[in-house]
Amino acid sequence: MKFLVLISQVPDTTARIAFTNDNTQYDGNGVTWIVNPYDEWYALVRALELKEANGGSVTTITVGGADCDATIRKALAIGADDAVRVDAQPTDAYGVAAQVAAYAKDKGFDVVIAGKETIDHNGSQVAGMVAELLDLPYVPLASKLDMAGNTATVERDVPGGVEVVEVNAPFVISAAKGMAEQRIPNMRGIMAARTKPLTVVPAAPVETLSSTVKFELPPAKQAVKMIPADQAGQLIELLHTEAKVI
Amino acid sequence: MSVVVFIDTRGDKLPKAAQEALTYGKHIAAKLGGGVTAVTFGDGANLEGLGAFGATKVVVAKGVKTIESQQLTKLVADTATTEKAQVIVCVHDGTGKAVAPRVAARLKAGHVAGAIGLPNMDGGFQVKRNVFSGKAQAWVSITSPVKVISMMANSIPIESNGSPATVSDFGGDLGAARVTVKEVRKSGGGINLPEAEIVVSAGRGMKGPEFWAPVEELAKELGAATACSRPVADMHWRPHHEHVGQTGVAIRPNCYIAIGISGAIQHLAGVNQSKVIAVINKDPEAPFFKAADYGIIGDAAEVLPQLIAAAKKLNAER
Repeated sequence: MKFLVLISQVPDTTARIAFTNDNTQYDGNGVTWIVNPYDEWYALVRALELKEANGGSVTTITVGGADCDATIRKALAIGADDAVRVDAQPTDAYGVAAQVAAYAKDKGFDVVIAGKETIDHNGSQVAGMVAELLDLPYVPLASKLDMAGNTATVERDVPGGVEVVEVNAPFVISAAKGMAEQRIPNMRGIMAARTKPLTVVPAAPVETLSSTVKFELPPAKQAVKMIPADQAGQLIELLHTEAKVI
Repeated sequence: MSVVVFIDTRGDKLPKAAQEALTYGKHIAAKLGGGVTAVTFGDGANLEGLGAFGATKVVVAKGVKTIESQQLTKLVADTATTEKAQVIVCVHDGTGKAVAPRVAARLKAGHVAGAIGLPNMDGGFQVKRNVFSGKAQAWVSITSPVKVISMMANSIPIESNGSPATVSDFGGDLGAARVTVKEVRKSGGGINLPEAEIVVSAGRGMKGPEFWAPVEELAKELGAATACSRPVADMHWRPHHEHVGQTGVAIRPNCYIAIGISGAIQHLAGVNQSKVIAVINKDPEAPFFKAADYGIIGDAAEVLPQLIAAAKKLNAER
């Protein structure tokens, strides 16, 4: 099985969210960048587990500038065999997906796997777009992935429950919580990652369909109204009569 | 100049998010001077009734029973092309996430996922959406001729004053299913968390899964969905689908009641767009109080029975 794992670089989950240039750009100053948790904990680790069990290879792909390389090395330290970076600066999910599809289309990957969303853009878009551009089946929001030969059995979250589905490789899948457990890279992995191949490929020509024009921060909250613990029932009354939400 | 709204109508009852999506589409269609065509699949009943929420036409692919993303993408894209749709609206849920990105890529249409309000169409086409897991919002400008919007639940008040729609079967070829459903496990009949208007959520402060009965009782009295924090889901005290926060579900109910949750930044990210937040925590330094509208410093075991009694009293009065 040849796995292609989509890796996105995102600000650390505790990073301060602020914007510059008249609120048109994320302020990355002093921010620690990490592999998007869904890509790392679930998509990458499950691909590695399946490779370890059945053989094959795990390649990661990232669309972005050289500032992503340290994050990509982290994915290599966890165990990916090699990495590809498409040297492009997309303005939307389609821009990312079109670059991934342009690279992957003639490489014969059996499974293309991504996290269910990134924690910065939260779009859940790229994997589905890649599937369409490659004309492959797509199983989003998967919490379990098993392979027997060419056939995958997948559990996925759907509105109101969980479905067990079957799909034959090649296919595209997005990984949700439950698919695998986070792996902490060890020293051997970190050393090995330094010499693993990280191939930079030039951007393919891709049209721009959308772009972010302005960011906003949510309005600041009013001061909290405290209710004494021995009169806690007042909360229900206030939510009903004052806030009018119950 | 029409709008196509793709919704899942398979259950016994039309999901609230589907009603919202139709209302959302109706508002856009009114601006564009066109109608709304609802696109759906499976054997849902009363499709004429979708007219109440704004659909003038309904196109249904009865042969597709499951969320097969390629078949549904062809269904939506072909209908949009036939109807000369300028805007395609989906719901940002498990069904919409399977279909909307594919439709967008197929039609080379700009796609805004997780829209939280109607587009601004004055001189352009901009849609506001959540980014950074709800810690900020972004205005996204779509510049392609066809636009796809996936709408977050609880983004628009439902309007249901329209007249019945005309229903027709989709006549085209959708190809074979490449993803086959082997088994469906419904989650216990509670209220669907992303759509819930009231959510009662609890965390590690509950001390163990055996103490959840009063949380569920309060939720039942308030007609609320139950939710939990990440540690609670990780320790398997509660199912994963209840986990709200940055790496769980992001929700925006009218009322979020958090019991025994400290309010780490990752948790706040998933809930800070709730209209009103009430926090119950025995630690007065819990960061959640800074994000709350109402607060009670106290132990869950002491506070919950009082809340349940007050909720019962309120229900008896109304």
